[in-house]
Amino acid sequence: MPASKLDLLQGTLDLMVLQTLAAMGRLHGYGIARRIEQVSGDAVLLNQGTIYASLVRLQQRGWISAEWGTSTNNRKAKFYSITKRGRKQLSEDAAYWQRLSDVMGRVLALSEGSDTK
Amino acid sequence: MTDQLRRLFHRVRSLFRRAEQDRDLDVEMSAHLELAVEENLRRGLSRAEARRQALLRFGGWQQAKENHREVRGLPLLETLLQDLRFALRMLRRSPAFSLLAIFCLTLGIGANAAVFSWMEGLLFRPYPLVAHQERLVALTGTARGESGHTGLSWPDFLELQRNCKLFDTFFVSKITGTTLSIGDRAQVVTGSIVSANYFEVLGVHPILGRAFEPSEDVGRSAHPVTVISYQLWKERFQGDPQIIGKTQRMDGVIHTIIGVAPEGFYGTFVGWATKFWVPASMEDTFEAGGYKLEDRGERWIEAYGRLKPGVTIEQAQQEISAVAKRLENDYPATNRGRSIKLWPLWQTPFNNAGTLLPTLGTMLVVVVFVLLIACANVGNLLLVRSFARRHEITVRVAVGAGRRRLLQQLFMEGLVLSALAAAGGLLIARWCSHLLVLLLPVRNGNAMHLPGEMDWRVMTLSAAVCLVATLLFALLPAMQTSKVDLAATLRSEMAGVVHGRSKSWVRSGLVVVQVSLCFILLVGAGLLLQSLQNIRLDSPGFSTNGVLVTSVNLVASGYDAQRAKNFQDELIDRVQALPGVESAALARVTPLGYGTFSSAPIVVDGYQPPPEERPSVEYNQVGPSYFATMGIPLVSGREFTRADNETAAPVAIVNETMAAHYWQAKNPIGERLQVKDKWLRIVGIAKTSKYESMRELPRPFFFVPRRQDFSVGAALNIRTQLRPEIMAAALSRELKAMDANLALYEVISLQEQLDRSTSPQKVAVTLTGVLAGLALVLAAIGLYGVMSYTVSQSTRELGLRMALGARTPELFRLVISRGLALTIAGIFLGAAAALGLTRLLGYLLYKVSPRDPLAFGSATLVLTIVSLIACFLPAWRATRVDPIVALRYE
Repeated sequence: MPASKLDLLQGTLDLMVLQTLAAMGRLHGYGIARRIEQVSGDAVLLNQGTIYASLVRLQQRGWISAEWGTSTNNRKAKFYSITKRGRKQLSEDAAYWQRLSDVMGRVLALSEGSDTK
Repeated sequence: MTDQLRRLFHRVRSLFRRAEQDRDLDVEMSAHLELAVEENLRRGLSRAEARRQALLRFGGWQQAKENHREVRGLPLLETLLQDLRFALRMLRRSPAFSLLAIFCLTLGIGANAAVFSWMEGLLFRPYPLVAHQERLVALTGTARGESGHTGLSWPDFLELQRNCKLFDTFFVSKITGTTLSIGDRAQVVTGSIVSANYFEVLGVHPILGRAFEPSEDVGRSAHPVTVISYQLWKERFQGDPQIIGKTQRMDGVIHTIIGVAPEGFYGTFVGWATKFWVPASMEDTFEAGGYKLEDRGERWIEAYGRLKPGVTIEQAQQEISAVAKRLENDYPATNRGRSIKLWPLWQTPFNNAGTLLPTLGTMLVVVVFVLLIACANVGNLLLVRSFARRHEITVRVAVGAGRRRLLQQLFMEGLVLSALAAAGGLLIARWCSHLLVLLLPVRNGNAMHLPGEMDWRVMTLSAAVCLVATLLFALLPAMQTSKVDLAATLRSEMAGVVHGRSKSWVRSGLVVVQVSLCFILLVGAGLLLQSLQNIRLDSPGFSTNGVLVTSVNLVASGYDAQRAKNFQDELIDRVQALPGVESAALARVTPLGYGTFSSAPIVVDGYQPPPEERPSVEYNQVGPSYFATMGIPLVSGREFTRADNETAAPVAIVNETMAAHYWQAKNPIGERLQVKDKWLRIVGIAKTSKYESMRELPRPFFFVPRRQDFSVGAALNIRTQLRPEIMAAALSRELKAMDANLALYEVISLQEQLDRSTSPQKVAVTLTGVLAGLALVLAAIGLYGVMSYTVSQSTRELGLRMALGARTPELFRLVISRGLALTIAGIFLGAAAALGLTRLLGYLLYKVSPRDPLAFGSATLVLTIVSLIACFLPAWRATRVDPIVALRYE
């Protein structure tokens, strides 16, 4: 059910792309999109086309690099890989998300549970 | 931070690689799609379903592209560039329209920029290279109960230096001049007597040698040193690098050249470029009337002060007034009833800033009017075009162009027009920056120095004017167009009914405004022209034709008083012996010339001045037969003769105004007058004439014999019917015979002298006339445009009228009367405004009422005739309408 899929928060797609490239190495746009869908178990509402805006943004920041190559079906495709600066950024962002989700979890638990203890 | 910069760099770069990046993205996205399709095929879907699924998962294809573009580039700038390209295409497509619009705006913006540059160069930043001009103020002395102003005295100036806390500094710069012979031609060069701190406080450093030292302010003629201007150094001394330490004789005294001022520094006197500077201690050498540095009663200096940062001129004035008040108490003999007044630089009364201010102020109003008229024209042109483009615009709205986007694009089109016009306008202004000088006469081979200044402030202001103009002329059509009601427009297109009433109302309104502005300008030009005419027709009180004036500068050649007397006696004899010369006479100053008359406090036997009045009257030192030569009638008594010399009893001739004021009913002949402790016996009464300016009111004035108040310098007046050039040749021959080292100044008629003295009026009349003419042409174009358009749009109506039996003259009258109705409305509006506005011409008007019926009448006449001409062609075209074609039309 598409209605129950998660809308992506601003900036989260960029982080997912970085993480995917860090984990999988060199990939083309379709590969990245598929990978994100697979990992999220199709829980993320992703128009695959939106990935390209994210890719150009990351490129402009110098966090990923791109080069032309040939895909498995022998088509010309653009392949992306994460840069050193991108890895650094990823570790910072990942730590940030980790902390944020910890806090969110605790806050939400607090509101559901009783206020004893 | 570097992240942001890096992104910006990429974004800007992508502006120039749009096509390439679009292509790349296409390739990438196609590859993406194929990979997805293949995967779906592998999952066993049919080819069609595989493709459908792939597209579905991809999302909006165009949206992805747009997203990509937005992220990678600068979308705002890109639409602007797009608009710019479109605007340029539109301009190229209708070159006649574009050229006409740009032409109108160029004139409007150019005229504005030119006046801005004059105001900047002459009033607000008149002194290039001088630091902190915005804080400079000019100082003059005032006397209670008297209008006008005096200079300051040197001792008072020193008191200000010591006592004022709100000022950084004060300095003196008093214009003077000397004669340098260049070849066989004598040339007057402008100089300045300055306080020793002059160069230091101005922040101007000599490029060679040094500036003055504080000690050089002190002692009577004790420091004959001079700093020369870059121009003088180049022209007279051929840029001699060893110039420092060399000497130059000036006004009879050998001066040592101690410094050369930097290029582009013209001193501190609006109107003349200063060529040399001497310290205040040399005052005695260059000023008439003796040593004045220790005399508190001699108010001869022109002084400036620089306010401390943040001090207002009002605060400073309070401090100065307090100091002046104390001086009044401490030195009642010289300072009773005297105070000191501060002026912002642009109102400086003792240089040409003061005389140019009303002219430039008037010009500013005039050019704003011209610009408004030009804007109305372009607005009208754009309106016409927006009707022609209504189809295009309707389509654009129909396919979803937003109101903002549409406005933005129309504004961009206007901006392109006015930016092109502004570029042209700035060129015009640059070209005009020396125009003022061309309108003013050259004196003794010296042109005045009245440069416009095109600095960033002028540029910014012009750009602002250009923007405001764009808003004015682009906004109206844009508002009209953006209100496009889709359904209504499409329906009306089909019905063939053209424009609504409101649009033609706007256009007519614009024409009425144009006509009224133009009317005001015409009235102004008419009033100024009449003033000039009145000045010209006014008699100065002496002969203007048949009298020539020139001079021989003996001071510069080192003549002492005795040698000068001998020389001048012989000169008069020789000149009077020349064929064609009726008489010749010397005078220290010629009327309406550039010299200043002597002035002294007087005491009159039997006249009790009111308690606050210290009677002070100006006078001239004139030679024998001066009145006969000048053609000034003597009412009674006698002229001076050679017998009125040093040994004879001192005498004077007063004018009628003075006689009436000081002796009332009595006949002053034989009465006594005390001037500077000397009693003079009055021997004659002369008719009152003009002395300093044609515009002055009759005022007391008297004359003394040259021999009884001698100074070496003198002007030579010659009554003759010969032409100036012929006289000049004869005079040169005589001079050579007497002393080969002497050179002659230019020889001009008194009429020429008079014309020169009215040059500010002439400048005002010329400029206003030209601009009013321009406005007239622009307004005529506007009216013509509106009428032509009305006719072309009412072809159907005209055809119908014709078919119903209207005859040619009736149709002709119909169109003409519509045009005239607009004109008359404009004239009424303009007349109402002009009645209030023309008073602002103030002192430029001479013996003309600001509501002069002749000026208003002729402006009405001119406008009516011009609008008849402008309507003629459209009206004629209306009569040529073929009813059959017209009714089938549309």
